[in-house]
Amino acid sequence: MNKIQAAVKKQLFYTMLKIRRFEEKVTELYPSQDMKTPVHLYIGQEAIAAGVCALLCKEDIIFSTHRNHGHYIAKGASIRFLMAELYGKSSGCSSGKGGSMHLVSPEVGILGTSAIVGSGIALATGAALAIKMNGQKKIAVAFFGDGAVDEGTFHESMNFASLKKLPVVFVCENNFYATNSHIAVRQPHDDIARRAQGYDIPGIQVDGNDVLGIYKSAKKAIERIRAGKGPTLIECRTYRWKGHVGPECDYEKGCRPEKELYDWMKRCPLESYKKYLFKNKIINQSGIEEMVKAVDCEIEDAVRFAQKSPFPAKEELYDDVYYAGSKDALD
Amino acid sequence: MPWTRVYINKDDFENTLARDGLRGITYREALRETQSALLKKDKRIFILGEGVNDSGGIFGTTAGLAKEFGKDRVMDIPVAENALTGIAIGAAICGMRPIFVHMRMDFLLMAMDQIINHAAKWNYMTGGRVNVPIVIRSIIGRGWGSAAQHSQALHSLFVHIPGLKVVMPSTPYDAKGLLISAVEDANPVIFIEHRWVYDYIGYVPPDVYKVPVGKGIVRRQGKDVTVVAVSQMVYEAIKAADSLQSENIDIEIVDPRTIKPLDEELILDSLRKTGRLVIADVGCKTGGLGSHIAAVVYEKAFSCLKAPVEIVCLPDTPTPASPVLEEAYYPGKEEIMASVKRAIHAK
Ligand SMILES: Cc1ncc(C[n+]2csc(CCOP(=O)(O)OP(=O)(O)O)c2C)c(N)n1
Ligand SMILES: [Mg+2]
Repeated sequence: MNKIQAAVKKQLFYTMLKIRRFEEKVTELYPSQDMKTPVHLYIGQEAIAAGVCALLCKEDIIFSTHRNHGHYIAKGASIRFLMAELYGKSSGCSSGKGGSMHLVSPEVGILGTSAIVGSGIALATGAALAIKMNGQKKIAVAFFGDGAVDEGTFHESMNFASLKKLPVVFVCENNFYATNSHIAVRQPHDDIARRAQGYDIPGIQVDGNDVLGIYKSAKKAIERIRAGKGPTLIECRTYRWKGHVGPECDYEKGCRPEKELYDWMKRCPLESYKKYLFKNKIINQSGIEEMVKAVDCEIEDAVRFAQKSPFPAKEELYDDVYYAGSKDALD
Repeated sequence: MPWTRVYINKDDFENTLARDGLRGITYREALRETQSALLKKDKRIFILGEGVNDSGGIFGTTAGLAKEFGKDRVMDIPVAENALTGIAIGAAICGMRPIFVHMRMDFLLMAMDQIINHAAKWNYMTGGRVNVPIVIRSIIGRGWGSAAQHSQALHSLFVHIPGLKVVMPSTPYDAKGLLISAVEDANPVIFIEHRWVYDYIGYVPPDVYKVPVGKGIVRRQGKDVTVVAVSQMVYEAIKAADSLQSENIDIEIVDPRTIKPLDEELILDSLRKTGRLVIADVGCKTGGLGSHIAAVVYEKAFSCLKAPVEIVCLPDTPTPASPVLEEAYYPGKEEIMASVKRAIHAK
């Protein structure tokens, strides 16, 4: 494998940091109850979105889930429009219609987000089908959780994608929980990567908190697509730090063992990667501080933008039920 | 009678029934208590659904049941609605009595094949030889900007399907009585609960009793306008009735409780008295329950109508996320009052 350039390595950290700080900002602001939308925070899983999206260009298409802020940010969509969407403003990425779970940014290949578990996998597979039918070079990526592996759409999509050798990467973020149900009560084993065997495609298991490992795995998957061989399943084993939904932790409510959370927090994807960057002299402390400053500045700007933006007019309720443009006219 | 009344708030209940020593519990607790009683009563009954045995316990409606009856009878399941519904149907066919719980009706859509192509038709396709006694509990209702995929009220879809029964209890009393009837029913019953009424309190006897499937109830007598209100809209109608009273308008509130089969006679009887009809539904307009009830009335009691039927319901749009749009989206007391007045002033 080619060496990863220092600039890319820095960029990986920057993306993770931006996601982390964004989600922390949401955590801080959420209790004031101005964001009236259920938020599923990505803290703890940042390496996955950052590692995979670093290899994508803006034409590449991704589909995400209810836990989508990280993918949206990593794919390069505007956090102003994300924040405004959380505030229910008409300047939001979905004009205030979608809320936290339904982000969109066609300019960077985010063509909407489903919060129905597993359904985005099929949509990403369909995107890959269109790409193939059009003879395009781009690829599609499906991000989904371990919960989605319970669903038929996961299996049906993997089967079809393998059959047709579609240009899609299946990225499963195995955080071991679907809401409060541990994977052990939902699946006979937790080696999700092994599922790929049945569909005759490679299944790669990777530490979901190791951004470089994820980057390398995704690179392999994309090279396989370029060679015309079709999809790969990448299982990233990770953990979410917050409760399933909302800014709080949940172990107090008996949702999972406290120790499990703290053990995973010791393996913070940002902290361990920072150590790596320091050790290899890719960045120093002041470099990190500058990054934090830049990221925070952008986030503050997004908050101001969101707070200052107007709410939609009541009449907008009736807009967008049907498409009002003309781009779909037949040739 | 205590079980016909709707208590808008706790004080209301405490100033009336509680003084007579009658027991009041919430809708949420009524569901929990009923399921507990059912599990105790019959070994064939079991509960399954995503999160039924976690600490939240489906908004508290299954809290503690797994502890009491074990995780085999209060079974957490994979996120696999379609196959699991089929699995529950298969078990029902073989003599079990599953209660399948969906936190939100939106997720039930994954199981439409099993519900519509299988549960609803099995008895018919087998010439009445093999029935499907399953209850599917499904929760509807506005959330916190939950948006288009987490707040749908799709009861009308099921009304369209022959072979299904659909109940929408509005009070704690009916939640208990209808759940018992639903589980005893030999047919598939879609049992639809509204999240907003979970905290409402009402009279619920501790023992086992039944509210028959297919029977509505008059919640309030009146002479000017019939308001047929379902689910959470019953409460909005009661509030509207209180306000309208001060304007000397006297509405009769009919709560169908079951929307399939619909208690048509009860609605028509009321209409024969008032000549005016407002329907307050929690779903969308086109092809919805409101349109269906209106059609029944036009077919069977056209000559009684002194005014066009009014339908208070959701507009024909998906649910928006923004609080401003949500506010405009959900109708309530005000819209019911406006419709009642239009019905009265129509020529
Ligand atoms: C079809 C469907 N069933 C149930 C739900 C409710 N639900 C929302 S998120 C979730 C858990 C998803 O777990 P996973 O896929 O592992 O994603 P994570 O939340 O861990 O990121 C469930 C069951 C849903 N949204 N869609
Ligand atoms: Mg998960």
